[in-house]
Amino acid sequence: MTSASPVRDLGLRLLRNRSFAVGGGLIFAVLLIALTADWLAPFDPLRNAFRMRLQPPGAAHWFGTDHYGRDILSRVMYGTRISLLIGGLVVVVTGALGTVIGAVAGFYSRLDAPIMRLMDATMAFPSIVLAMIVSAVLGASVVNVVVALSIATIPHTARIVRASVLVAREHDYVEAARALGAGDLRILFRHVLINCLGPLIVRLTYVFAIAILAEATLSFVGAGPPPPAPSLGSIIAQGRDFMREAAWITIFPGLTILVCVLGLNLLGDGLRDVLDPRSRS
Amino acid sequence: MATLEIDALEVRIGAAGLKVLEDVTLRVEPGEVLGIVGESGSGKSMLALAIMELLPGVARYAGGTLRWDGEDMIAAGPDAWRKRRGRDLAMIFQEPMTALNPVHRVGRQVEEVLVRRRGMSRDAARREAQALFQRVEIPRAAAMLDAYPHEMSGGMRQRVMIAMALATHARLLIADEPTTALDVTVQSQILGLLRDLRRDTGMSMLFITHDLGVIAEMADRVAVLYAGRVAETAPVREIFDSARHPYTRALLSAIPKTSGPRERLASIPGSVPALDAFPTGCRFAPRCAMRRDACDARAPRLRDATAGHAVACIEPFGYVSDEDGP
Amino acid sequence: MSRLVEIEGLTKIFERRGSLFFGGGRATRAVDGVDLTIAKGETLGLVGESGSGKSTTGRLVLRLIEPTAGTIRFEGEDIGRMSRAALRAARQRMQIVFQDPYGSLNPRMTVADILAEALTIHGEGSPAERKRRAAETLDLVRLPASALDRYPHEFSGGQRQRIGIARALMLRPSFIVCDEVVSALDVSVQAQIINLLQDLQRELGLTYLFISHNLAVVRHVSTRIAVMYFGRIVEIGAADALFAAPAHPYTRDLLAALPAEHPDMRGAHRPPPGDSFAPRTEGGCRFAARCRYAEPRCGAIEPKLETLPDGREVACFRAIDNSLPAAGERA
Repeated sequence: MTSASPVRDLGLRLLRNRSFAVGGGLIFAVLLIALTADWLAPFDPLRNAFRMRLQPPGAAHWFGTDHYGRDILSRVMYGTRISLLIGGLVVVVTGALGTVIGAVAGFYSRLDAPIMRLMDATMAFPSIVLAMIVSAVLGASVVNVVVALSIATIPHTARIVRASVLVAREHDYVEAARALGAGDLRILFRHVLINCLGPLIVRLTYVFAIAILAEATLSFVGAGPPPPAPSLGSIIAQGRDFMREAAWITIFPGLTILVCVLGLNLLGDGLRDVLDPRSRS
Repeated sequence: MATLEIDALEVRIGAAGLKVLEDVTLRVEPGEVLGIVGESGSGKSMLALAIMELLPGVARYAGGTLRWDGEDMIAAGPDAWRKRRGRDLAMIFQEPMTALNPVHRVGRQVEEVLVRRRGMSRDAARREAQALFQRVEIPRAAAMLDAYPHEMSGGMRQRVMIAMALATHARLLIADEPTTALDVTVQSQILGLLRDLRRDTGMSMLFITHDLGVIAEMADRVAVLYAGRVAETAPVREIFDSARHPYTRALLSAIPKTSGPRERLASIPGSVPALDAFPTGCRFAPRCAMRRDACDARAPRLRDATAGHAVACIEPFGYVSDEDGP
Repeated sequence: MSRLVEIEGLTKIFERRGSLFFGGGRATRAVDGVDLTIAKGETLGLVGESGSGKSTTGRLVLRLIEPTAGTIRFEGEDIGRMSRAALRAARQRMQIVFQDPYGSLNPRMTVADILAEALTIHGEGSPAERKRRAAETLDLVRLPASALDRYPHEFSGGQRQRIGIARALMLRPSFIVCDEVVSALDVSVQAQIINLLQDLQRELGLTYLFISHNLAVVRHVSTRIAVMYFGRIVEIGAADALFAAPAHPYTRDLLAALPAEHPDMRGAHRPPPGDSFAPRTEGGCRFAARCRYAEPRCGAIEPKLETLPDGREVACFRAIDNSLPAAGERA
């Protein structure tokens, strides 16, 4: 018999998981750079300097400059901040609404079919098309991009939560709590949702990655947050006309997206493995 | 010659090499039903898998011998086992659903065995399968050949498994808790069927169960397993009338009776030790009412108390060390 | 004999839900018109094979699932008509212990939290007071107070079952439904739990509804026994009388099917073929298709529970007429 608390036990197993450690390290580094852009960015990301147009990467401009002479490194640092902000907000909105919708559908069988059919209908649209429609109708802004991406990612998240709730609510300890007189809310929070946390956290790391990618796509087609504020997608979009003579404009923000998505996917895989009860020997 | 002869068998599991089975010595004579009784963690299911050479990947043979008609199987290797499994050995499980293929009709699965193992033609196999279904008392046998496993009750599925064992003409049937998942009336039918088959075919059986009632119904001889070691082996009547190991006695008196006065049950304190926490001495010592200091020194070996009745306990012999016997 | 629980015409029909658009679905009558009374301080054993509806009955009695029809009175009050608040209050007096000692405890809560939750729900005591009560209750089930800060996975099956019993005892109920409480335990541990339940009954004046498929265990603990078959009670009576001379043909088959207690008695009886999945007669006695004593009337009219001269109740025309052959001596 060991009496280590499950929380400390979980922390130890997370640190020992290679995917989690590498993914976590990458995301932490990206996050740090984005947050410290105000101090670390060598140039103003918005300032034009026509004499320095289309400079290749070098000592002064590590990532080169674009056709307005703006420093790509600085733009990527600020752009990452917007991308992470959008990703983070989507995770919060999707996490909250997806959990509520999934929990209600899973817990109250009367509401299950209507809610889930609605979610299925939403899922039937390709999410990027859905996001573009929302963006087109509401106008392009950070908030609207978050709304659009949340609508696109909620159905799948709700479905995952619902599935976990359906499993968790069948445990005898749920019935025991009911026998003790516990109300629905108490049962839902203390006994059911806590056991859905694993799949939900894993799903949300993927939502984060999806949001960063989708934001880039939206910006690329002009449905993202409006210029001049740089986002990783809009930097790439602006660079596409110079792909031949100044590939660095698109390569560096592209690599940043790659690092973010890779890091988040590794993080998600690590969490999935560690949170799986079968992984505890 | 004994059908199956196991001598000092040891099976270890995992990287740590924990002993799931230790110093297990057993014989099954032709036509005999050997009952293996044990609680969870006794290693009884691992024993069945070891005899079939179906040990899970983490487990391995670590010592001792296992002979079939005198042939040392562990030395002979996997190919020899495979031949035995197809010809001489058959096994039925607690949950037959897992052993039947859900997408094939049950009749076809029995026919398959007849075609492959006994070289029958399709037509002959079909007729033989129907005869086997009648033999295991499946009602409307001809129609049931076309049923899928999920269309049958647990009892009927177990009958199909028994029909398959008969199809191979197996000489030893290993039955691992075959009636545990069944209702009591169905259990009684299946036990009766197995008794009839044994009488008619002379098949040996290794009957593994946690239920002493099933042992009383089926076994000729009994081996009591506790925490990976044999605690006692004896003819079935001696187990019930004059058990010598304190564990066997405690087990017998812990079971509620279905007749006579209802007295307070004698319970055994504590619980079966976990695999990584087996005591170094006698495995039962920490829960034993008759424990002495000598019990903790080393695990007592199985010794004959009377002819055919062996006990792994220092108490019945009245000597302190099991090395200087009577 | 004062009555603690009175059940009349209890029925539960499970509707298999069809699709949102196409409807459909099938209904199962899991419990079909059950009448029962449980006296204060007794243990009523409820036995039956799979599909008999015994576990559903146990949950209906506590209104953990809503009955389709029938009334349940607990200490004279109609549980079925209670408001949510009244039902919550009533839950303090009636509790349940489950079969699976692994699935019945929330793996993410400490034993202290699991036990104290009962008091938290009913707003009783300060956190310190709750923990003290939890320790007291652990003592009742013979577990040390050091168990409080541990998690369920650190305990053996028998210890977990004690924790499950302690949780049921936290509110000091008068009535406990024991649903297959020893079925998942080893024989050596099973005896400990049975003895504990009997000790607690004596110490705390508890009343049990003891549901099990294990007839020997039920006989051992029960004052009276009710036998269920396909949603109905076919026989109910004092435990010893019912075992000594079962009146209903199904009870007879059930007892005859018990494995021998000694090898000398092996194979004494061989029940007729068929199992609880066997086709069931529509309209008449549910057991008629399997019954070796069935007459034409058994297939036409469903017999009701009627009282025999010895006070036992049985739902069988021929048992009431006394026209059944004497029960064969049992193995």
